[in-house]
Amino acid sequence: MQNERKIRVLIAKPGLDSHDRGAKIIARALRDAGMEVIYTGLRQTPEQIVETALQEDVDVIGLSILSGAHRTLFPRITELLKQKDLTDVLVVAGGIIPEEDVPEMKELGIKEIFGPGTPTDKIVQFVLENIPKRT
Amino acid sequence: MHALTKIEEIIQGVLSGDRRNIAKAITTIENNTAETQKLISSIYPHTGKAHIIGITGPGGSGKSTLIEKIIRKYRQRGKTVGVIAVDPTSPFTGGAFLGDRIRMQELSTDQGVFIRSMATRNYRGGIAKATKDAVKVLDAAGKDIVIVETVGAGQSEVEIIKVAKTIVVIFAPGLGDEIQAIKAGMMEIADIFVVNKADRENANKAIMDIQAMLQLNNKEKTWKKPVLKTTALTGEGVPQLIERIEEHKHFLERQLEHKRSREKAEAELIEAIKEKVATSMIEKLKREGKFEEFLKKILKKEMDPTSAAEKLLNEKFRNKV
Amino acid sequence: MFNKEKINEITKERERWENTTLPKWMGNRPERKNEFRNHSDTLIKRVYTPEDIKDLDYMRDLGFPGEYPFTRGVHATMYRGRLWTMRQFSGYGTAEQTNQRFKYLLKEGETGLSIAFDYPSIRGYDPDHPFSKGEVGVCGVAVASLKDMEVLFDGIPLDKVTTSMTINGPAAMLLAMYIAVGDKQGVPREKLGGTMQNDVLKEFFAQKLIIFPPKPSIKLVTDIVEYCTKHVPRWNPISISGYHIREAGANAVQELAFTLYDGITYVESCLERGMKVDDFAPRLSFFFAAHNDFFEEIAKFRAARRIWAKTMKERFHAKNPRSLWMRMHVQTAGFTLTAQQPLNNITRVTIQALTAILAGTQSLHTNSFDEALALPSEEAVRIALRTQQIIAHESGAADTIDPLAGSYYIEYLTNEMEKRAMEYFQKLDDMGGAIPAIEKGFFQKEIADSAYKYQREVDEKKRILVGVNDYTTEEERPIKVLRVNPKVEEEQVARLQKLKRQRDNRKVKEVLEKLHYATEEDENLMPVIIDAVKAYATIGEICDVLRKIYGEYKELIVI
Repeated sequence: MQNERKIRVLIAKPGLDSHDRGAKIIARALRDAGMEVIYTGLRQTPEQIVETALQEDVDVIGLSILSGAHRTLFPRITELLKQKDLTDVLVVAGGIIPEEDVPEMKELGIKEIFGPGTPTDKIVQFVLENIPKRT
Repeated sequence: MHALTKIEEIIQGVLSGDRRNIAKAITTIENNTAETQKLISSIYPHTGKAHIIGITGPGGSGKSTLIEKIIRKYRQRGKTVGVIAVDPTSPFTGGAFLGDRIRMQELSTDQGVFIRSMATRNYRGGIAKATKDAVKVLDAAGKDIVIVETVGAGQSEVEIIKVAKTIVVIFAPGLGDEIQAIKAGMMEIADIFVVNKADRENANKAIMDIQAMLQLNNKEKTWKKPVLKTTALTGEGVPQLIERIEEHKHFLERQLEHKRSREKAEAELIEAIKEKVATSMIEKLKREGKFEEFLKKILKKEMDPTSAAEKLLNEKFRNKV
Repeated sequence: MFNKEKINEITKERERWENTTLPKWMGNRPERKNEFRNHSDTLIKRVYTPEDIKDLDYMRDLGFPGEYPFTRGVHATMYRGRLWTMRQFSGYGTAEQTNQRFKYLLKEGETGLSIAFDYPSIRGYDPDHPFSKGEVGVCGVAVASLKDMEVLFDGIPLDKVTTSMTINGPAAMLLAMYIAVGDKQGVPREKLGGTMQNDVLKEFFAQKLIIFPPKPSIKLVTDIVEYCTKHVPRWNPISISGYHIREAGANAVQELAFTLYDGITYVESCLERGMKVDDFAPRLSFFFAAHNDFFEEIAKFRAARRIWAKTMKERFHAKNPRSLWMRMHVQTAGFTLTAQQPLNNITRVTIQALTAILAGTQSLHTNSFDEALALPSEEAVRIALRTQQIIAHESGAADTIDPLAGSYYIEYLTNEMEKRAMEYFQKLDDMGGAIPAIEKGFFQKEIADSAYKYQREVDEKKRILVGVNDYTTEEERPIKVLRVNPKVEEEQVARLQKLKRQRDNRKVKEVLEKLHYATEEDENLMPVIIDAVKAYATIGEICDVLRKIYGEYKELIVI
């Protein structure tokens, strides 16, 4: 008889940005919604993020960045996810990402970008509705 | 040659040390799917080579920082390491915050290290069984060392840590009544004690306190439980800790390993039988409506649960005979 | 301050009012909420009367400006003598670009400089370090060596300005560079004026830009205080900060308590070093946030001054009146800026700036309206500066000192915040001080809980954010934001390589070895770091020496 499947989420802060208020709130909200949240702290390289996603076999990766370095870091992350055959993982992002950059980020494979002021519940709902189907 | 099923692919991947499949295998165990038993039975013959180290201690002891240093030292010696870090699932929300790997993150890209965070969930068979099985995966995948990390506060953590061959308990001076905070059972099964943050003033007092406790409790006269000092931040004391772990490993190989292995296997078999018998019996009783019948009696206070169970089982066995 | 009989009279009248006049209104126009509470969970009454401050003693609790307990202000003339310093935090791209921005702001009327460094500089990495990829010059100015600093201050005489530097881990290196630039310009060190943030404690639980573990971090802070006390006496070697604590999610009471307690910890560290309190205390400075809750913020600043004065007098027995002063810089709260309908932020910043001015800050930064989207554009930062100037010259707020003193509400809140801050002090003392508290995750938990509570209130619409969860608009006119030229990184790396070719590398090697030795011997590192920067060693190279010896630190996470 099967155990209940739990949604596993990696919340990651790529690069040198140290503003983690939002990331921690999302981590807590997702945990309160019944998910298992792996938070790896600050200063994560794209390689560390992808490797962690692989080892932890996560369903979702949430990237939080406010420094403006997303234009360099996000493409590297999505490229590595392709290389490691992790393209079925749901990738979302939040922080300070200008409107004009959003289409480019979505092209890379980031399903949704949650800017400042997004209600937490909206993010939780989005994750619940968009997790990859796995047996 | 038929195409491999998903689970066969995973099994093959585990046995060849492929990281993606190791991860999927552990997920299979966590989710306890129809395939889980096949997975375990396939990899079981390939286990028994890894040295399993259980590391526990109260929050603030610097345990995770110390584990990172331990892993690095083992890597320097050319060993591969697997880590299972266990954290509690919230009984209210069913979710969990798994933050143990933060201190080991720099090692995540080392291909000789595999780190997995597990939540205690509400596993059928208990978290201890799930952890044991996850350890089997890492063992079968060829890891020389498997570290199991928990916070040593609850009873289930004592059960988890018993999967290990060498159990290390870590304290830090000045955290309060930390010795009391560790479950009594843990003190007894621990093989090595470590006082971390040894650069603190009251480190020596902490060492003496633990040694005093050991004087009273040391039953296993053949392995003298050492009390070591470390400063995880700088790495001081870590080589000595590794030495002791290795000593303990050899001690087990020489002396009690056979006995311990037998004890462990016996416990696992009994648990497995209990689990299977109870599950199938309850399913049967429910199907036959007997379960519901007796449940109603309990609710009407006509019968207490223990008597109800006895009656149900007597009936069952009488019918069999 | 109030006659006991009069108070009783008022109480009677108030009760009458509550029983007769009030119910009529409550019937027709019930109150908007059952309970009005601010984010610090203080219950806000319908109306405040002398009853709420009946024990207030004017001379004991308020006094006169420039005198103990300094509740009303640290200077006797305050803004009537000199307006607060208008000091806008700035920096992006290369040193040249930021130098231009400095000159622009000085021309537009700012009266002090404040440098925003980019992440690699703050974290002690050179632009060619793998961690720096994508980050060079993006959220601040890229400074890798003295060469960049020289360009940054090109045409800006250091005896004519004061400069604030938001830098913590590599503070010693940046200060050394500033001193070196001053030396080159021929400005005597005693004339250099400015502030170093250099507040490592809050990094551990709020801003998180940590490099080294706690003990060596505090040692470096103390080195800087000691050095400046002797050699750069006009310099404020620490800006004990609450801004980041607040931004991380703390409420006003926590911001107040944790900041001041950090201050206490630094004083203790300097005393342990053997310094005399009156030698260094006059140059300790503070940095707070100014949030939206108008009255709470004003009360917070006043309470801060009073608590600090009492603490320095009673806990540390300071004798010099200047040791009892709390001089502060305030920045309007970044977290309150919205990406939606950004022009609304001008209003928010105005309200926030007013709290700091009415409460007597020494120095103020006002945020630009576009900062929830990007670094400030020229137009936006000009408006932010004009906000301060309009308040200064058109509102009358600067024409009298501490105008809200005596307000029943303000004095009640000031007392209340002082009381609650002292309760935190006791808790922290019981825990053994700031460092054990950090290790136990105490600050982190308080902040995380506060942050979560705030977010829940917003999500549940118990707290309205105009334009965000209410009064929203679908059609948003996109505004033009500042974009940092991606070529900056390339340029900086090329510049760095050129520098390494042109400098005397043997000298650099020598001085770094001296630094290694001095670090191991636990000497005050300022002199050797000054030598190192003058030899054009880079921030990364200097930090690497220290990293080798001190190790690196990972933050404790509490969600």
